[in-house]
Amino acid sequence: MARFKKSNKKETPGINTGSMSDIIFMFLFFFMVITTIRQGTLFVQTRVPSATEVQKLERKNLVSYIYIGTPKEKKYGAEPRIQLNDQFAFPSEIKEFIEKERAARSENDREFLTTSLKVDTAVVMGVVTDVKQELRKVGSYKINYSTKKGQKKK
Amino acid sequence: MARKAPELNTGSMADISFLLLTFFLLVSNIDTDMGLSRKLPPMPDPGATPDVVNERNVFVVLVNARNQLLVEGVPTEIGQLKEKTKEFFLNPTNSPKLSDKEMKSIDLIGDYNKSKGVVSLRNDRSTKYGTYIQVQNEIAAAINEMRDDLAKEKFNKSFEDLNNEQRKAISKAIPVAVSEAEPKDIGGTK
Repeated sequence: MARFKKSNKKETPGINTGSMSDIIFMFLFFFMVITTIRQGTLFVQTRVPSATEVQKLERKNLVSYIYIGTPKEKKYGAEPRIQLNDQFAFPSEIKEFIEKERAARSENDREFLTTSLKVDTAVVMGVVTDVKQELRKVGSYKINYSTKKGQKKK
Repeated sequence: MARKAPELNTGSMADISFLLLTFFLLVSNIDTDMGLSRKLPPMPDPGATPDVVNERNVFVVLVNARNQLLVEGVPTEIGQLKEKTKEFFLNPTNSPKLSDKEMKSIDLIGDYNKSKGVVSLRNDRSTKYGTYIQVQNEIAAAINEMRDDLAKEKFNKSFEDLNNEQRKAISKAIPVAVSEAEPKDIGGTK
């Protein structure tokens, strides 16, 4: 009765790894969706301070970023500089920058445009104040001081 | 007999996708964009006269070029700022030196003794940004704590758990009253 004869070799069946790639792909897509690819290169060092009372920035597409910090490369000097998009800028150029950012958004969204200030902890307030004054002049009042989330002291 | 087509070897597929995964993990950053949201005041009209505010209602916080604090004329450590701010706004003893209060009826809350106080924050051009944020954070912490206390008193929930309307009502009772002075050099430069 060869039909019902069990094979003598008792091999453990191999684990089916066919679906492994699907799972990994799922991971991949998940990460692609929740992350953003670093835009542009930063020329300035921005170690943002930490704070406890932080709020999350909603609607990232309505956020324009201004970076302030000391240049990473020595050849640009040690004074804090402002970076807009992909280049160093002077406070006087902020007006143009904000106007461009506004023009890129739809009409309804323009009033919700927030400016996120990513400023290094060691920068002096003079530079930040200049930037804030420029923002006030253009009428971009909503700002967000970018910070890390710190531990609450008890 | 038809010849069986050889099966495609998919064993390395997982490796390839792992490679892609690691690549994306490296080049992307989970954007945790957090921070302190503030609203800048509009530029003052050149002709407009500044609002006259009773002196007792202004809580003056000065930060000098050496990152030292002067609160209402008294040198203060950053750690004490939160308590001082709370005391100023709440004024539990109705001291004539701290902020004045005014009965106001607010939806959902009813009559509330709203403080007329305003924090006036002024810093030097040479103040470190880190210190400035710390100060802003302490004031925000004071306001959040007061809001939380009021929320617990009125709705028996913490401020975080309230719905939008309740939150609005609380925010109306305790607004973020921080005014930043027009920039001016104080306390000299380094």
